Amino acid sequence: MKAMLSGFVAIVIIGVAAYFTLESLGFSSQDVYSSPNVRVD
Amino acid sequence: MLRHLMALLTVSLLAMPMAASAQTDPTSDAPIAGTSVDDAPATSTGRQTLEDILARQRGEEPRNPVRSEELGGDALSAPGMGPLGASSDSDIWRQIRFNDADIRNTTLNPTGDVLVQTGGIWWEDFREGPLRTYGGWLLLATIVVLGAFYLIRGRIRIDGGKTGTSVLRFKFIERMAHWVLAGSFILLGFTGLFTLFGRKYLIPAFGHEFNSVLLTGSKYIHNNVSWAFMISLLMVFVMWVWHNIPDKTDLTWFKQAGGIIGSKHPPAKKFNAGQKIIFWSVIVLGVSVSVSGLSLLFPFEMPLFSHTFEVLNGWGVSGWFGFDALPVNLAPQEEMQFAQLWHAIVAFLMMAVILGHIYIGTLGMEGAYDAMGSGLVDENWAHQHHSLWLEHLQAEKPGKIRTDPAE
Repeated sequence: MKAMLSGFVAIVIIGVAAYFTLESLGFSSQDVYSSPNVRVD
Repeated sequence: MLRHLMALLTVSLLAMPMAASAQTDPTSDAPIAGTSVDDAPATSTGRQTLEDILARQRGEEPRNPVRSEELGGDALSAPGMGPLGASSDSDIWRQIRFNDADIRNTTLNPTGDVLVQTGGIWWEDFREGPLRTYGGWLLLATIVVLGAFYLIRGRIRIDGGKTGTSVLRFKFIERMAHWVLAGSFILLGFTGLFTLFGRKYLIPAFGHEFNSVLLTGSKYIHNNVSWAFMISLLMVFVMWVWHNIPDKTDLTWFKQAGGIIGSKHPPAKKFNAGQKIIFWSVIVLGVSVSVSGLSLLFPFEMPLFSHTFEVLNGWGVSGWFGFDALPVNLAPQEEMQFAQLWHAIVAFLMMAVILGHIYIGTLGMEGAYDAMGSGLVDENWAHQHHSLWLEHLQAEKPGKIRTDPAE
């Protein structure tokens, strides 16, 4: 049971880390494909 | 004086149409001046003809080659439109459809100026038709078959009951990697199904706002949890591949149908042939779904299918099944469409396999869950399902056998 819970916690940690890592790398399509002059946010 | 000026103006206005050139009669078969560079007859221009309409009503394809080659006029040559400073709507849309329009945009996406992708209509039809239908039925049929099997065969019990002596089957890191893989797969599976079926089933049942929130959340989960899936897939492969190399004990296992039918229990090492099938299915399908998923995660940057189709055509694979050669000159959008379909098809197959795995690991077999729960299985269970592995432990690693009862 500990292994299962540890695994589920690992999923959350990896997922959150992936989100912030990819965002900081400018992964999203709005970052990749739009120039600054078309973004209002 | 004013009366005379007004009369002159009125007569002039009435006379003006007489001075204008003759207007085009839409019912006439005569060539229409100014509709194309060479003033060809209307039937060869980009304009729709009566025959086209009748052909479409008969269910035939519009004559796209003609349409794509003859895209009509521009602002000055479109009949009657020149003075208004615009070309006709149908000309504009036809140009957009055949990527001949002068599209200007501010996106950095090299494919951003393709506003209408006719080649993707089959993809949308397939995604909303056969993919949903057959994929959904595959999952439902798998559940029904497992349910029927349970009713017929019942739960596979441990012969002679539990001994109270337990055997360490999987270490903590193995179990943790398994649960990372399992948990992430279930999240990916559900969010993927929501994405595919949401518009058809969730919007009518729960409304647009619910579906929107659910799918926005699903997108975040699907994109980011995928990394946990890929990492754990690699871990599981490295840890278990050695135990899953096929060997001659698998033949015995198959001959006895894995002991599921009848009362015999074929000898097996740490992984029996059935588990090896699950393992290799997960690895092969998991790698395939991961690679196509990465292609979707980084749009247009990892085209996979042009090259793959080229290789398959080289082998003549499509000919084996009586099909034409696969297309190799794919537009970037088509690459993404193939990636999406392949991703979903592989995922459906994997879900069906995993449903079977979940069944046998929980409801279908007594004592199986312990292997991934506490990691300790009962000695009788080990003897029944993995006798060669148990004998190996008794001879080589007796420290893995404990007298305290399994959880």
